[in-house]
Amino acid sequence: MTSKKVMALPYVFWMILFTIVPLGMVLYFAFTTEGGGFTLANFAEAAKYMPSLMQSIWLGMLATIICLLIGYPVAYIIAKASSRSQRTMILLIMMPMWMNFLLRTYAWMTLLEDTGIINDFLASIGLPRMHLINTEGAIVLGMVYNFLPFMIMPIYSVLTKMDKRLIEAAQDLGSNGVNVFRKIIMPLSLPGIISGITMVFVPAVSTFVVSKMLGGGEMLIGDIIESQFFGATYNPYLGAALSLILMVLVLICMTVMNQFSDDDEEALLI
Amino acid sequence: MKKLFALLFSAIIIASTVCGCGESSSADSETKSEHAGESIVVYNWGEYISNGDDDTLDVIADFTAKTGIDVTYLTFASNEELYTKLKSGSASYDVIIISDYMISKLISEDMLLPIDFDKIPNYQYIDKALLDKDRFSYDPEQQYSIPYTWGRVALLYNKTVVQEKPTSWNALWDERYKNKILMFDNSRDGFALAQLLNGDSFNSEDPEVWKKAAELLKKQKPLVRSYVMDQIFPMMSSGEAALAPYYIGDALTIMSQNEDVDFVFPKEGTNIFVDAMCIPKGCKNKSAAEEFINYMCSYEPAKANAEYLCYSSPQTQVIEEHKEYLREEFGDYAVEATYPESLEGCEAYVNLSAETNKLQTDLWLEVRAGSNYTRSVICVCVTMAILIGGIIFAKIRKYKRDKFIYS
Repeated sequence: MTSKKVMALPYVFWMILFTIVPLGMVLYFAFTTEGGGFTLANFAEAAKYMPSLMQSIWLGMLATIICLLIGYPVAYIIAKASSRSQRTMILLIMMPMWMNFLLRTYAWMTLLEDTGIINDFLASIGLPRMHLINTEGAIVLGMVYNFLPFMIMPIYSVLTKMDKRLIEAAQDLGSNGVNVFRKIIMPLSLPGIISGITMVFVPAVSTFVVSKMLGGGEMLIGDIIESQFFGATYNPYLGAALSLILMVLVLICMTVMNQFSDDDEEALLI
Repeated sequence: MKKLFALLFSAIIIASTVCGCGESSSADSETKSEHAGESIVVYNWGEYISNGDDDTLDVIADFTAKTGIDVTYLTFASNEELYTKLKSGSASYDVIIISDYMISKLISEDMLLPIDFDKIPNYQYIDKALLDKDRFSYDPEQQYSIPYTWGRVALLYNKTVVQEKPTSWNALWDERYKNKILMFDNSRDGFALAQLLNGDSFNSEDPEVWKKAAELLKKQKPLVRSYVMDQIFPMMSSGEAALAPYYIGDALTIMSQNEDVDFVFPKEGTNIFVDAMCIPKGCKNKSAAEEFINYMCSYEPAKANAEYLCYSSPQTQVIEEHKEYLREEFGDYAVEATYPESLEGCEAYVNLSAETNKLQTDLWLEVRAGSNYTRSVICVCVTMAILIGGIIFAKIRKYKRDKFIYS
């Protein structure tokens, strides 16, 4: 027991240094003025950025929903495949992630631009050019592309670990394919769905690279927070307050989501 | 966070100075400066010094060879980035090269050290026109800064897309070029264009002037392809964008990459800017820093920089040769653009009061952030409602079934 605790020490130390302490700093900065006194003014000022916040949350939700709709069938198909092709498919899904996030997003710019590859292709086969970049659609596309593996992986790992005997039992008792999926597979894979949603939604809401590159002029809440720390605005106190608000909102969204998994899995949905 | 950053940065700097010293001791033993073997940290814009590419003079290496002073050369992307670094106290620099309005901001916050001009004999070569206190008031006593380059903001346009030559900044508000327009990704330069168009001064302290400009910028936002700084290079060169305001030195570089691009100085006037060398507080080796500044004002590096950067040089010995160089490389228009006959209609930035600065950044974010508020709110609410509805539905079902099982 003690040796196990000793093994955990490096991580505990890591977590204190890089999670707990920075969180404390965010809290501290959010409630202080430049002089160091207590204030709530940062939050009053943060209220001005509600429109961006709402827009970020909505685009994040949209990206999460799309990721789920694409990711679940993919994870399901992979989990059902032979173990040899499973390895190949997982490799293919992970492969883009070997490349840097910025570069991948940059590549989308070249694809979507007005004089980009997609538009040049459309023009060459006689179709009219479409304006793709610098729209909300492009931002969502960027989010989905970058975060899709985070949705597929947890669902896939839950599906592969599922007890096959439960499915067989359902089939023995006369369930058809649809019912097996509805009553057995879907509820049992919920933990994977929930963690997939968390892993997509949280980074999507706070992203600033995607919106900056693909969204053109649109500043999402991530961009605003970034500009408070590194940009012209330089106001870490407001930046901290905004981060805190974002954290609380994400936490609320996650708590609502987790209501699904708190229950006995069998009792759920559909 | 500040502390942590400070720790990291000082570690990096210590590491780099240690490495630097190691190299220099192995170099020639012939000492050419009383500071030989010492080291300084220079902080400059990216791509803003002649670096030895294409047979140009590697200014930093040349300085080290001549004086024996080692240089740690670091770069930043915007004045604001430098300001953040200085303000957070995370690092120390010996020489910084920044724009006029940032110099006056740093002066007003007491973050610069006065330069000892006795140690900079080459100061005599600096163009007196740039020391005109009426036009350039960023350093009113002229004791903190020495000009490095200067230039004006021009309007770039792609001749194949923009049929008639634009004469006014309002080309950037032209509906016909929707999604072909680029705009500055920094508030000061962005607001300046709107204020010029409104006929106001961009140094105004009147909140109404700034609000009016913000309204104009909001009207422009739907037409703008992107808010960019350095990204203007690929976008204008490839023809992805057709209209963009930018600094004249870089405009010439873009024109050499894409011959369809031309530039114009609109009739409303424009901003003239000076980037200058300063010594920030917290400098570790002021005397060596002054030696570096003096070197930069001397003929050879000034010439190399002028030719490498295409920006106007403040070094009077260099100007004639630089004009000749520009004429050969680009043509007569480049000479006039870089060294105009008169500075009529050009205004320089003055630092704004803290209140106006705050108003400016707030309004800028207001322009840039959060469109479609109502739609977003409705969509978020609907999604949450569906989620919560689903949860309640599931709970009721579970409750009913439990009752059925246990009763």
